[in-house]
Amino acid sequence: MSRTSERVQQRAAWGFLAPALILIGSFFFVPILAGLVMSFTDFDIYSIGRPDTIRFVGLSNYHQVLTSSEFWHAMRNTGFFVGVGGPLSVLTSLVAALLVNSKLARWKSFFRTVYFTPVVTTMVAVAIVWRYLLHTRYGLINAGLGALHLPAVDWLGDPHWAMPAIILLSVWKNFGYNMLIFIAGLQAIPEELYEAAELDGAGSVARFRHVTLPSLAPTFLFVGVMTMIGQFQIFAEPYVMTQGGPLRSTVTVVLLMYEQGFRWWRMGLATSMAFVLFAVTLVATAIQLRLQGGRR
Amino acid sequence: MRRLVPSLLLHAALVAGAALTLTPLVWMVSASFMPSGAANAVPPPFLPAHVTFRHYIELFTHLNLARTFGNSLFITVTATLASTVINAMAGYAFAKLRFGGRERLFQVLMGALVIPAQVGMMPLFLMVKGIGLVNTPWAVMIPSLASIFGIFLIRQFALAIPDDLLDAARIDGASEFEIFLRIVLPVLAPILVTLATFTFLSTWNDFMWPLIVLSDDAKYTLPVALANLSGEHVQDTELMMAGSVLTVLPVLVLFLAMQRSYIRGVMMGSVKG
Repeated sequence: MSRTSERVQQRAAWGFLAPALILIGSFFFVPILAGLVMSFTDFDIYSIGRPDTIRFVGLSNYHQVLTSSEFWHAMRNTGFFVGVGGPLSVLTSLVAALLVNSKLARWKSFFRTVYFTPVVTTMVAVAIVWRYLLHTRYGLINAGLGALHLPAVDWLGDPHWAMPAIILLSVWKNFGYNMLIFIAGLQAIPEELYEAAELDGAGSVARFRHVTLPSLAPTFLFVGVMTMIGQFQIFAEPYVMTQGGPLRSTVTVVLLMYEQGFRWWRMGLATSMAFVLFAVTLVATAIQLRLQGGRR
Repeated sequence: MRRLVPSLLLHAALVAGAALTLTPLVWMVSASFMPSGAANAVPPPFLPAHVTFRHYIELFTHLNLARTFGNSLFITVTATLASTVINAMAGYAFAKLRFGGRERLFQVLMGALVIPAQVGMMPLFLMVKGIGLVNTPWAVMIPSLASIFGIFLIRQFALAIPDDLLDAARIDGASEFEIFLRIVLPVLAPILVTLATFTFLSTWNDFMWPLIVLSDDAKYTLPVALANLSGEHVQDTELMMAGSVLTVLPVLVLFLAMQRSYIRGVMMGSVKG
């Protein structure tokens, strides 16, 4: 290719990239850097009107966050949601994928679409629906438990049950997404592997353990990491269903950050919370990569 | 015959799973047609004894949700159209145009995918406030206008465009912009539809950012208005279900219409990632 055409292409490339890069630069990268700076300042409600009063306070916000029992309480709630809801959600997705992808199954695309439907719905709307479904007296879920002769649960009124209730909603809402990814993973397993295992006399359980599960390892890693990163950011579910209650048992880190930042305008403090959560997410991701990646 | 029993069990499980998955949504629709107070009974009714449309009428008259619906629609459609074009141009440039620093720039963007939006949320709010956009639809759209994931998705698809096709057009004297418009866009059409569907759904459903930048009822999007109403109207189960139906219905219809390309997009974004 000639020099001139190379130069023309170079210029065209930057022209095509400009709108996206300007937008991402100014509304994504700049705020992140500004956030990093802000997390070392005492930015609060007075600073909005009088920016000249902002002072650098070093690590004091981080110190305040890391020594605050409220923050660690929110972290525990979030950790419970991630630690229990994550595996439960991945397991549900895997079971759904195995059912839909089974050779015996008919109307596969119908079931796939049905299972996927909750994923596209609006979280706020379905959280409201679930609030009524979980109602102690009039909710369908307790009616279902009653039909099975199980006792009614005060889902959203009992601090021990509120987070499990949110986990139920979140598994229902999201399992279809990972199901699709598992289906893609299952379809990528070469049929010969199963045939060879069958020739070696492996039954269906052995084939699942020694062919399906190992072949899905990369899918498990991807699904596990992406689910966890998303779940650490849980906000709308507790905001709509419980407002963090009862007894603050469903306050998550992002909900606490929202309250501090946008209700009390303690923006320096709230931003440092966001960075602590980011750091925790990175560490948890690294651990998961080590654990799951090392298995292969 | 050997497979009859496993097949029956499998389909029983599939049907049971489908029923469990759909129950919340079916109940939402059903309860929205029940007379006020009818849903609060023991045992809870699954279908309305009498069908009424009054909650929908109330949404559009008394609660003025037609305006809210319009806000959501305007924001979502504008952001979807703009972001599809912006991401398509950038994704194509990363896949097919040669320029210095291309690989490094792409890696930086990919690395940034792990950064959660919240770490920049407070400064972004102050920026939006600074340029006077708070409480406008533009403030809601800003984060959706260009997306790193969208650029990635387009790039993966555009990599398959043969260079010969583009070079032939260059030899014929077509400008880079003409090539993009006449050759690249038509080839990218399927993935653009997929990406547009993604953007539409995520913008329509977005909650936290609109909640932060909108403070006036008249400017609310549907999720924000609905969350707000659900505080005041806690007792009005049937009315809230009608509001939920109104919010979910557009995305549900769009998904059912576009499901093939949408599902393919999810699988593509994951498998190649």
